[in-house]
Amino acid sequence: MKPLSIVVRTCCDMFAWFMVVFGSYVIIHGDVTPGGGFQGGAIVATFMALLLVAYGGEKVLSWVKFSFYNGLLIVGLLLFLLFGFSGMANSFFYNFLAVPEAVALAGGAHGIIPPSGTIALMDIAVGIEVTGGLTLILLYMFKGTRMFNLIEMGGETGHDSR
Amino acid sequence: MNWHAHLPALLLAVPLLGAFATPVFNMGGKTLRNAWFIVISSSVFLIALALWHQVSVNGIQVYVMGAEQFALSLPSGMKLPVRIILEVDALSAFMALAGSITSLAGAWFSLSFMDRFTGLSRFVSLYLLLTVGMLGMMITGDLFNFFVFLEIASVASYGLVAFWRDRPQAIEASFKYMLLSQLAAMLVLVAIGFLYGRYNVLNMAAIGSLIHMGIVEKVALAFLISALALKCGAFPMYLWIPDAYGEAPASVSCLLVTVSQASLYGLFRVCFSIYGLAMSNKVVAWILIIFGLLSMFIAVSMAVIQHEVKRLMAYHAVSQTGYMLLGVGVGLLALGNSQALAEYGFTALKGGVFHIFNHAMYKGLLFLTAGTLYYMTGTRDLNKMGGLVRKSPWTAFMFVVAAAAIAGLPPMNGFASKLLIYQSSFAVHPLLTVVALVTSILTLASFVKVFQTAFLGPEQDRMADVKKVPATMLVGMGILTVAVLLLTFFPTWALSHLVEPAAKALVDQAGYIAAIMGGAF
Repeated sequence: MKPLSIVVRTCCDMFAWFMVVFGSYVIIHGDVTPGGGFQGGAIVATFMALLLVAYGGEKVLSWVKFSFYNGLLIVGLLLFLLFGFSGMANSFFYNFLAVPEAVALAGGAHGIIPPSGTIALMDIAVGIEVTGGLTLILLYMFKGTRMFNLIEMGGETGHDSR
Repeated sequence: MNWHAHLPALLLAVPLLGAFATPVFNMGGKTLRNAWFIVISSSVFLIALALWHQVSVNGIQVYVMGAEQFALSLPSGMKLPVRIILEVDALSAFMALAGSITSLAGAWFSLSFMDRFTGLSRFVSLYLLLTVGMLGMMITGDLFNFFVFLEIASVASYGLVAFWRDRPQAIEASFKYMLLSQLAAMLVLVAIGFLYGRYNVLNMAAIGSLIHMGIVEKVALAFLISALALKCGAFPMYLWIPDAYGEAPASVSCLLVTVSQASLYGLFRVCFSIYGLAMSNKVVAWILIIFGLLSMFIAVSMAVIQHEVKRLMAYHAVSQTGYMLLGVGVGLLALGNSQALAEYGFTALKGGVFHIFNHAMYKGLLFLTAGTLYYMTGTRDLNKMGGLVRKSPWTAFMFVVAAAAIAGLPPMNGFASKLLIYQSSFAVHPLLTVVALVTSILTLASFVKVFQTAFLGPEQDRMADVKKVPATMLVGMGILTVAVLLLTFFPTWALSHLVEPAAKALVDQAGYIAAIMGGAF
């Protein structure tokens, strides 16, 4: 796939970063506003979709490191599970950072937004995971549909039927 | 705080951690990854064993995810349970034990069997995720949660069935499975939506305490039964099974058997614990019985003519599922009538439930031996094998054990469970027993064929350079062989300690509900 015109490329350059910022906003405010980790992560992953459309697969695939997105995926998943385990003194997934209702109502120290404890942190973990996962899906799907080439895929030692 | 209380959560959290951390360990090389795989699978087995022990000593275990106390199902004056609740009764623990044994055996078997392929980090992750999905379906007490785990198991198995992606047949099998399984999943979701709209709860016990039959409940029941029967491969909807089981790597087929039985477990849960006595007419029981009879007979007659070894075994998996449906269907028929239940219903339930465990063990073992045959010879076609008993006597021995068990030859564990089903179905109608017996004979016939063509016969020139069977594959098969032999030698112990509590738990709807809702429902 060839790169599109300079107008499209310039627009995508700007919008791609805007999508990252907006997606991060949705992830971070996931516990209090509509949206959340998954939705925000999907928005962040649009970054790669825009670049793929604007620059074409060959160029983008030479820029990206798959291992980076794999890393995001794993870090997100492990963080999520870590928060699950850290409430283990009470029960799995217990929200150990939550401020009890009475305390939150009595003191004004918690700001105007009620604190949600581990829910916000888990949201961020999901956001990281979805960013990595969806970006990988986009890249693999692009590779599979637009740049399908068995020889290039090489190294896949599969099932050899005699 | 007693760590025993956390066993239900650990049963899911440990394999989940295993799946997510596999890529990290994969960076440390092959040995580290394999060690991690075995450590996680073994710990899942130990946790399942401990959980089973815990349940058989202390009764139903309830675990509330994210609550201040793990057993707080009705916090501060609420009438209905909130949060995701895991409810492990004797049947769940029994299923989880069977599932974790096959998972462990498959893990050992995979080490050498999959060694020469790439992408093993993903393989291990998906395998452990499949284990999580299966165990989750077995121990959850929440209908929507059940759907989520159903989807986790399905999605992991699409990837695993298509793992040998340079084989077009594998892609086709995976795609077929994906379409059918998504259809089933959507039916389940719609049915859950119906029940949620009607009762505003998703907890199985809570729905069970509130339910009274109306048109909505009937529609939901029809959706649930058809979808879960599709997932467990009952007769008219079994078409994905031969492809999926046949094309997946052998260790995955071994686990997939138990995963379909988790759907079967879901079906029983819906019939007994959610609907239970509210479902007073006998239609559902007869539907299960007829599904069972048809799957049994038609699948076995398809199996006899197969000559691709794993397809043959996959058809047998469908046929054996028929026995469980027959047994539990007869049990359901007698539900609510204490005299019928005592006369034949409970025996049928015991037979059906025992057959689930037996089937998980010997069918898993059969798939592993089929994988070994393929590993040794490089072909799946029975007509191209022969004389392999000289090359690997241990494999031949284990195959004989499994084949005798599946055919229900008298000393084996398969005989014990089939006998219970024969005895009890005879009380309903002799024809049921006749079909079951004929099926058993045809099963024996087809496994005699497999044994004769693959293992016996003169040594053949083209079999001269077959590969040696590695030790880890023998360990994988050995685990299941030991399980089959233990069940064979101690059927009375197994019946009274494993099976009877599970069958009792299935009938005891009131106990299942009371564990969540307290005594006051």
